[in-house]
Amino acid sequence: MSAIDIRGVWVEYGEQIVLERINLSIPSGAFVSVVGPSGAGKSTFLRLLLGQERPTRGRILIDGNPLPPEPGPDRGVVFQRYSVFPHLTVLRNVLLAFEFEKSRLLARLIGAARREAVKRSEKLIDEVGLSAHLEKYPSALSGGMQQRLAIAQALARRPKVLLLDEPFGALDPGTRAQMHALITQLWRDVGMTVVLVTHDIGEAFALGTRLITLNHTRDDPQAQGRYGATVTYDFDLTRHGTIPIRKAPKDLAPKDLHKTNGTGATQ
Amino acid sequence: MNIVPRRGTRIALALLPFVLIVLVYMAGSAERRAANASDKLLPPISEMASAMHRAAFEPDRRTGEIILWEDTGASLRRLALGLGIATVIGLCLGMAVGLLPIFGATFGALIAVLSMIPPMALLPILFIVFGLGDLSKVVLIVFGVAPFLTRDLALAVGALPREQIVKAQSLGASTWQVAIRVVLPQVMPRLIEAVRLSLGPAFLFLIAAEAIASDVGLGYRIFLVRRYLAMDTILPYVAWITLIAYVLDFLLATLARRGFRWAYAEERR
Repeated sequence: MSAIDIRGVWVEYGEQIVLERINLSIPSGAFVSVVGPSGAGKSTFLRLLLGQERPTRGRILIDGNPLPPEPGPDRGVVFQRYSVFPHLTVLRNVLLAFEFEKSRLLARLIGAARREAVKRSEKLIDEVGLSAHLEKYPSALSGGMQQRLAIAQALARRPKVLLLDEPFGALDPGTRAQMHALITQLWRDVGMTVVLVTHDIGEAFALGTRLITLNHTRDDPQAQGRYGATVTYDFDLTRHGTIPIRKAPKDLAPKDLHKTNGTGATQ
Repeated sequence: MNIVPRRGTRIALALLPFVLIVLVYMAGSAERRAANASDKLLPPISEMASAMHRAAFEPDRRTGEIILWEDTGASLRRLALGLGIATVIGLCLGMAVGLLPIFGATFGALIAVLSMIPPMALLPILFIVFGLGDLSKVVLIVFGVAPFLTRDLALAVGALPREQIVKAQSLGASTWQVAIRVVLPQVMPRLIEAVRLSLGPAFLFLIAAEAIASDVGLGYRIFLVRRYLAMDTILPYVAWITLIAYVLDFLLATLARRGFRWAYAEERR
């Protein structure tokens, strides 16, 4: 559990600006959903928090300290695909996290240390409901079970922040509902900060305590990459009743949009 | 298209072309013998059998050694050394090039250029530098096979989903830990497959080097007896070399399947 502070962050790939003017303050223990159209930089935003990418400008702080420039055990992650290791069984997939931690040279545990790590792994696997499948390889698991395993694995190092990149996008509706219940439960129990990137607006509203939309507010038809996406809406979902809009940037007002959009562009 | 042979039928069908080839050979051999009783080009199978019996069970009159086993042992030792060293080099370099961008940037182009050198063109240099003994043959195999293995391994490492590497790092893994626990086990099946594909080139380099300068070895023997048009020795030797290559290939395939069941999980269903 920890607070994330994003201050004036821009991400540019050469001429192309992907994200601009991102200012966010995420309190510890929040569950932030991030939505937006394709190409609005949602995944880039998540890679920033992961440390896989660095902002071109601006700073990201975790609990007041600069974010390390590479992925580390304080930030867990679950991707839509390829999140688990196909060459390891369910138990060993989770055990690997402890082996990375305790055995720097060989990344293998033996004896009492291993028994202890196995016990902790089994507890995590039990929490996501995969106890019956300890010795199965991921290829023998359904998509939903693989994602459960990925979550158990991501929780093994007790990350302060859990990053979810469309983790339920490839699941059928029934399985997705189960996964929603599971992730909500885990989030309440563990109390970590969660950032969920999703295409599913219903999911974003149902799970989050806060919802952020990323989108382009300006568009230059002659130079498509000239303007990046930024935070356009920021909803507080914790209160009952109608959802108050905490921030509606002025440059999003319809008349301004027409001005900057030119003629042919759509919003 | 829809008629699938059953197991017994499949084995019989697989054997059929071999039987046909043998029959055609026997007919051709008999015909040439009928025309010329001292024909050496297509010796009958009985002569090949007696030639191989001499080679496999009777000591050579000059050296007192049994030449087939002597040749096989020498060739296999060179082949195993060459392929083994090439595999270790290919694995280490390939993983480093594929996993570490700095290493890849430094050595990627060099390996690409080295792999374009025709190994046979290096043979004179190897004979000059390493002499005519086993070493030059082993180095030729290493030179011929290692660049291919390196590049194939680097590609296999690069083809691993980026998500897996990031996930491992987010579990606290160091670069070394990612290499030995995430990358190495996942590229091992590919390495074994690449070594299987390298068996052919490795034998080519081995026999070529033995043919040019050697005093023992399978390649040396067939080029030696070529002078006497001894087809009754050459043909069984070729069959023997083929059998050895086939068995090695089969053993490697079995090793991959036994050792890395997860990699073949999709196929089994």
